[in-house]
Amino acid sequence: MTADQTVGIERVAVTDAAVEVLRRLTAIHGPLMFHQSGGCCDGSSPMCYPAGEFMTGQADVQLGVLEIGQTAPIEFWMSRKQFEYWSHTHLTVDVVPGRGSGFSVEAPEGVRFIIRSRLFSDDEAAGLVPVL
Amino acid sequence: MSDYARPNTPGSVMSYESKYDNWIGGKRVAPVKGQYFENTTPVTGQPFCQIARSTAEDIELALDAAHAAAPAWGKTSATDRANVLLAIADRMAANLDKLAVAETWDNGKPIRETLAADMPLAIDHFRYFAGVLRAQEGTLSQLNDDTVAYHFHEPLGVVGQIIPWNFPILMAVWKLAPALAGGNAIILKPAEQTPASIMYWIDLVGDLLPPGVLNIVNGFGLEAGKPLASSSRIAKIAFTGETTTGRLIMQYAAQNIIPVTLELGGKSPNIFFADVADANDDFYDKALEGFTMFALNQGEVCTCPSRALLQDSIYDSFLADAKVRTEAVKQGDPFDLSTMIGAQASNDQLEKILSYIDIGKQEGATVLTGGERTDLGGDLTGGYYIAPTIFEGHNKMRIFQEEIFGPVVSVTRFSDFDDALSQANDTLYGLGAGVWTRNGNTAYRMGRGIQAGRVWTNCYHDYAAGAAFGGYKGSGIGRETHAMMLDHYQQTKNLLVSYSPQKLGFF
Repeated sequence: MTADQTVGIERVAVTDAAVEVLRRLTAIHGPLMFHQSGGCCDGSSPMCYPAGEFMTGQADVQLGVLEIGQTAPIEFWMSRKQFEYWSHTHLTVDVVPGRGSGFSVEAPEGVRFIIRSRLFSDDEAAGLVPVL
Repeated sequence: MSDYARPNTPGSVMSYESKYDNWIGGKRVAPVKGQYFENTTPVTGQPFCQIARSTAEDIELALDAAHAAAPAWGKTSATDRANVLLAIADRMAANLDKLAVAETWDNGKPIRETLAADMPLAIDHFRYFAGVLRAQEGTLSQLNDDTVAYHFHEPLGVVGQIIPWNFPILMAVWKLAPALAGGNAIILKPAEQTPASIMYWIDLVGDLLPPGVLNIVNGFGLEAGKPLASSSRIAKIAFTGETTTGRLIMQYAAQNIIPVTLELGGKSPNIFFADVADANDDFYDKALEGFTMFALNQGEVCTCPSRALLQDSIYDSFLADAKVRTEAVKQGDPFDLSTMIGAQASNDQLEKILSYIDIGKQEGATVLTGGERTDLGGDLTGGYYIAPTIFEGHNKMRIFQEEIFGPVVSVTRFSDFDDALSQANDTLYGLGAGVWTRNGNTAYRMGRGIQAGRVWTNCYHDYAAGAAFGGYKGSGIGRETHAMMLDHYQQTKNLLVSYSPQKLGFF
């Protein structure tokens, strides 16, 4: 993210419970990243990987960077096409008990990251800046 | 009392063991690091067995066993390989109710479906691929009077398969049957949400396969799935799941230059033209059932008809009838034969569905029926039950664009053919679709126009082994089911032979 983009309205947040899990996972795996999934089975789940494990590129947009305290911030990515259908909603990374799937790093902990969504208010929508 | 007793209770047709190791080299092998994880049943939310929590070391053991077995299996005659598949099918048929009970307990789906759909389809799949293998031939082409091109089918060797939790045994068989028929050795990684029924299955049929031809390694995606998918010792990887993991698997496959097949889901439109309601007859009744198919398997189907498009002139009347039909879906103990919808497969799945019901309401969609978790009482209170839910809204809403993978249908209207086609194709995915009309021309043109790999026409959720299944667009790469599936598990060997004694004359 460039400096002027950080002044835009936040698109993605993280709950305290998720921050706690992310700190624990960072201690195990090093810096982390998210890529929002789509499709069936565990689709719609935010997949958490060691930073750089998942190759992002022109097909993706970065919605924001999650600050989780002393450890490295966590980039949150989504495919560009999927973002076209999601752009009007604010996302919050939360965590629930679960078995998880895919190759997301939290699964062995017995928890699963989950996305909570809400619509942007008109004021917020006016303050949004384009994603990268 | 339910119609079928739960596993490990008096009167049950089957019992689970308390702990399952991996299946490697034709026998049970404990995970190298000695770790296990707890497996719960979604019926009650309670744990019922321990499952091997495998790591890269276990994948290597499975790869060793598979590589040892692959050459001989690949050279086993088509007749003998087909006979093994038929023997597996026969063994499964003789134990159908046991497998059905095992599957219902591990996955949460109603016993009615495991008895009538999951297991019969899985059995038929083995028989189908035994049949197509026996009939498979290479080709030859006489290029000119002296030159012949021979084409032989050869196995790929050792393949990796990562399967989902919505039809644990059937989805495994969709991948196993063609791979075995094609002469490959396999390492299968089940989903960690539903790892038990496939271990019960291999205990039943494992003796029918030469040791090492099929190896099953359980564990988490990160710890066991990744070492398998990224291994330089596999010749192909097949995956059913979602898009981000699909991309990651392609990324690993790119590093090893191996093929992938991916089935990544959809957001299938189910389109009802006005003429469906021309008469209140059997066909109209069938169409209403077709609408209600969104609740099959608790909506946990990659081709769940989760977007219903209704033509304007019948919108109100058809939806009113569809609501009545949906509210007649009986939710209850999955072990009752009258239960039509059981438990979602996991707690995180339950939470995800509820989060979508929440965003649907926020976006202004109207809940016509359902829209909440169901409490069935007794120890089922701890299970993961959601009432069949009908939303009304429009196609740009997130509930119309994302596969909720629950018993949730989002309904909207269309004006004419072009509008229906436009909305049907306004999606990132293209796996399944349904078209309902009494007009053959409309059905044909819509079916050809929809960008999806399978268009059910005046039917839905038929999974015949002889019909190709797979995705357009973001839904994946390759096909499953149908004889063409052998192509995904075989190499083509061309012998280009000259029968001329004469040199070319170049040198």
